[in-house]
Amino acid sequence: MLIRLTGGTVYDPASGIDGQLQDIYIQDDRIIDKPQGEFKVDQEYDLKGKVVMSGAIDMHTHIGGGKGNIARTLLPEDHRQDPVHRSDITRSGCGHAMPSTFVTGYRYAEMGYTAGFEPALLPINARQAHMEMGDIPILDKGGYVMLGSDDYLLRLLTAKKDQKAINDYVAWTMHTAKAIGVKVVNPGGINAFKFNQRKLDLDEQNAHYGVTPRDILRVLATAVKELGVPHPLHVHGCNLGVPGNVQTTLDTIQGIGGLPMHLTHIQFHSYGTEGDFKFSSGAAQIAEAINNNKNITIDVGQILFGQTVTASGDNMRQHANHKHASPNKWVVMDIECDAGCGVVPFKYKDQNFVNALQWAIGLETFLLVNDPWRIFLTTDHPNGAPFTSYPHLIRLLMDRSFRNDMLSTIHPEAQKMTTLASIDREYTLQEIAIMTRAGAAKLIGLKDRGGLSAGNFADITIYTDNTDRQKMFEKPDYVFKDGQLVVVNGKVVSTKWGTTHVVKPDFDPSVEKGLKDYFDRYLTMKLGNFKISDEEIIEDGRGSITVHPLSS
Amino acid sequence: MIEITEVPSPFCGIGTDDLTIRVEGVSLKVIENGCAVNTPAFEQVITDTHPRVNGQEVSLEEAIKAAAALLKDTRLPVIGGCATDVNGMRGLLALADRAGAVVDNMNFTGARNNFLALQDSGWMNTTLAEVKNRCDLLLVVGTDLEAFAPRFFERYLWNKEAMFLADTGARDIICLGKAPSGSASTSPSGKQAQVLPCATEDLPEVIAVLRALVKGQPITASHVCGIAVSDLQVLADKFKAAKYSVVTWAAGALAYAQAELTVQQLSEMIKDLNNQNTRSSGLPLAGKEGDQTANQVCGWTTGYPARTRFSSGFPEYDPFLNDTKLLLANGEADALVWVQAFNCKSIPPETLLPTIVVARSGMVFSKEPEVFIPVGTPGIDHAGHAYRMDNVVAIRLKKLRDSGLPSTADVLNAIEQAL
Repeated sequence: MLIRLTGGTVYDPASGIDGQLQDIYIQDDRIIDKPQGEFKVDQEYDLKGKVVMSGAIDMHTHIGGGKGNIARTLLPEDHRQDPVHRSDITRSGCGHAMPSTFVTGYRYAEMGYTAGFEPALLPINARQAHMEMGDIPILDKGGYVMLGSDDYLLRLLTAKKDQKAINDYVAWTMHTAKAIGVKVVNPGGINAFKFNQRKLDLDEQNAHYGVTPRDILRVLATAVKELGVPHPLHVHGCNLGVPGNVQTTLDTIQGIGGLPMHLTHIQFHSYGTEGDFKFSSGAAQIAEAINNNKNITIDVGQILFGQTVTASGDNMRQHANHKHASPNKWVVMDIECDAGCGVVPFKYKDQNFVNALQWAIGLETFLLVNDPWRIFLTTDHPNGAPFTSYPHLIRLLMDRSFRNDMLSTIHPEAQKMTTLASIDREYTLQEIAIMTRAGAAKLIGLKDRGGLSAGNFADITIYTDNTDRQKMFEKPDYVFKDGQLVVVNGKVVSTKWGTTHVVKPDFDPSVEKGLKDYFDRYLTMKLGNFKISDEEIIEDGRGSITVHPLSS
Repeated sequence: MIEITEVPSPFCGIGTDDLTIRVEGVSLKVIENGCAVNTPAFEQVITDTHPRVNGQEVSLEEAIKAAAALLKDTRLPVIGGCATDVNGMRGLLALADRAGAVVDNMNFTGARNNFLALQDSGWMNTTLAEVKNRCDLLLVVGTDLEAFAPRFFERYLWNKEAMFLADTGARDIICLGKAPSGSASTSPSGKQAQVLPCATEDLPEVIAVLRALVKGQPITASHVCGIAVSDLQVLADKFKAAKYSVVTWAAGALAYAQAELTVQQLSEMIKDLNNQNTRSSGLPLAGKEGDQTANQVCGWTTGYPARTRFSSGFPEYDPFLNDTKLLLANGEADALVWVQAFNCKSIPPETLLPTIVVARSGMVFSKEPEVFIPVGTPGIDHAGHAYRMDNVVAIRLKKLRDSGLPSTADVLNAIEQAL
């Protein structure tokens, strides 16, 4: 089938197109050049006055895996506020803070998103993450496998194994867990918590292994680079949420020695200790460091006010944060000599000084980092806010007077502690398209996604231009996924299944010798039963695997 | 004849995956690493291979048509059992969503003791590999652990080596309430478990005192339900001195009213310990008859555990009112679907309502159901996924033989499509 999207205003940063009138042709699931000679258009959409972008990509969102399901189980009262009825084409479920899988797919698509990436795929829980993501309709998905607190890696480091041994283990783990990236969470800290350490600074040793977070970051970032994995090491740093952690974050940037590194939900890692409440914004220092270090990318992890739930692999910090739980119930787990997790419900309040300043710190970060190709729009769903708040966040970035109106309502002491009012910058549509489309696809290493030139998959979102950017972004006119019209006027009209994006870096098969011995002696599963086969993802007839090229 | 090694079991709940099974045609023989739970479950022979409608053998297509016709005009069908693999639960939930049914896992009334505690105050828990490598003190509460999972001690406590313990045999095992039925809890070097016996229904009182002692509260009584407070003080002191203590219980074994408060008391005691400069974790026992699987899949599909109804067009969770037994007894339900792919002895509850049974071959009924469709067992007749007791780990089940039996998912998806 040949579809023509006629006369829309196209924002396609991947091709350098910034608001030009352009027709787009879709043949089956791909965008094509205008056909030569005579041709018949099967379906035409008149897009005069409409804004055309590729489908949005959320490069960090907790949509699959055990901790999310713990968060769901923990909060029946939250689901009851937002029941979702079934329809002839959609399944029932629940929404708000941690929506059910089907509703996750529908609501992302209804905002114009066509892909989401789970950033914390524990190797031992990767099956679950893929099974949950397998029940998310419409979206493409993928995951970053979590390493750094697993005993096997720490044993390799203590035994002074060389970088090649680390690389083989990392590549093997990416294969077995079906991942497209590698993440580290509180490097070594989750492991240290099991030895009763309650904090772990960048240069503090694990009590058992003697290894520091700096060591772990260095070997993992090197492995990711040497293996040719396009997505840089995805780092949730030390000391999340601790006043004064801005220094840890700056030291982490310096410590990586120019290697590519992505610092995630950096808002939670940008806190100073100034002022009467010993809590201040470190956003300016962070933004300066980002602007000066081209090897660093970040996503923000913006908080927005209201009820949500935080679900993290960082059981050490989540245990410390449990005293802020609202409602007062929480879960912390140690997991399989592999990782951990912590689930703590949060209610961010605009009249709470700390929360109000967290809100301002996130926005300062967005507005002070110059290069939209190296900063990404996230709330660390659901940790800072549910993903459904993205249109509101986009308006805060694009509309200075709206932002300042909001600013004038938050805790007065927080207003005094932020420079936000003095920042004039307003994001442009092209910059939004970079952060949420072209930049995200490039960062993850997605071939043929995130752009509108011929050869790309036809993941396309069409909005009606509206100066109220929240209204504009919360209700696209049309969304196409792989050429199929899935959303009209902000409502799902048809569904399909997306693909699972992975990379498969090479490794020396002899890596399994050491692993087999380790599994037999210490773990609870045979090595052969641990490995996830491609078949497990595709056997139900609705999943597929897309392998992306490595960087040369 | 072939021998298949490293076979994972969906039956014992503890993720045993080192069985060797000899396959000859459709007959299975566990030749290595069997146990009282797994061996009979694997070796059970296939009897029925044909579906029946009103007792008459019919084709699978006809049985599916009959099941769909039976469900078509129901107002509140109940899907009980819910004992199957991940894909089976996916099919079951799709069917429930379409039919406006109630979904209720057969072990939920026991599991409810955990869910109510979790949803009220949360907990700190751990998983089996952490137990295997770190646990230096295990408190077993109100449960005969070796009867629950015969190989638990062998696999996870008396392992030859552990990463963080010099001598696994030196672990302290303490049983509170029930005494062990055998000697699996005795270490290979002969160190016996300590037993602090009390009646199951006295556990709330005993645990309340134990928690008070952990928190340093003074107790004036000398005994509680037959246990010397001084013994509990020793236990509290051991907890504080341990590096990584673990408390385990089977929610279903706490068979008295409001046992969720016992789970909560234990979970809060564990939190208290973690605030006293040591580490401690809970380890709820489960994983039988697909219970964790049902709750996980229902969890991500609806937001709620597997006692949820779809009769309003959206999921509604009620841990009490959506109980199969209650719905059958009070006349609310008007049809029963019983799904049990693991255990042919687990028959549907007695009811006069029209009944569809999708279950493991060999089920014997006191009253023939309107529709009976024998299905393959996940991990024997088809591949699949099942959750272990610790809920984090989904094991990949293997197909061991070609029986020609359809999977639960095949059958439930076909019924859903026929509706």
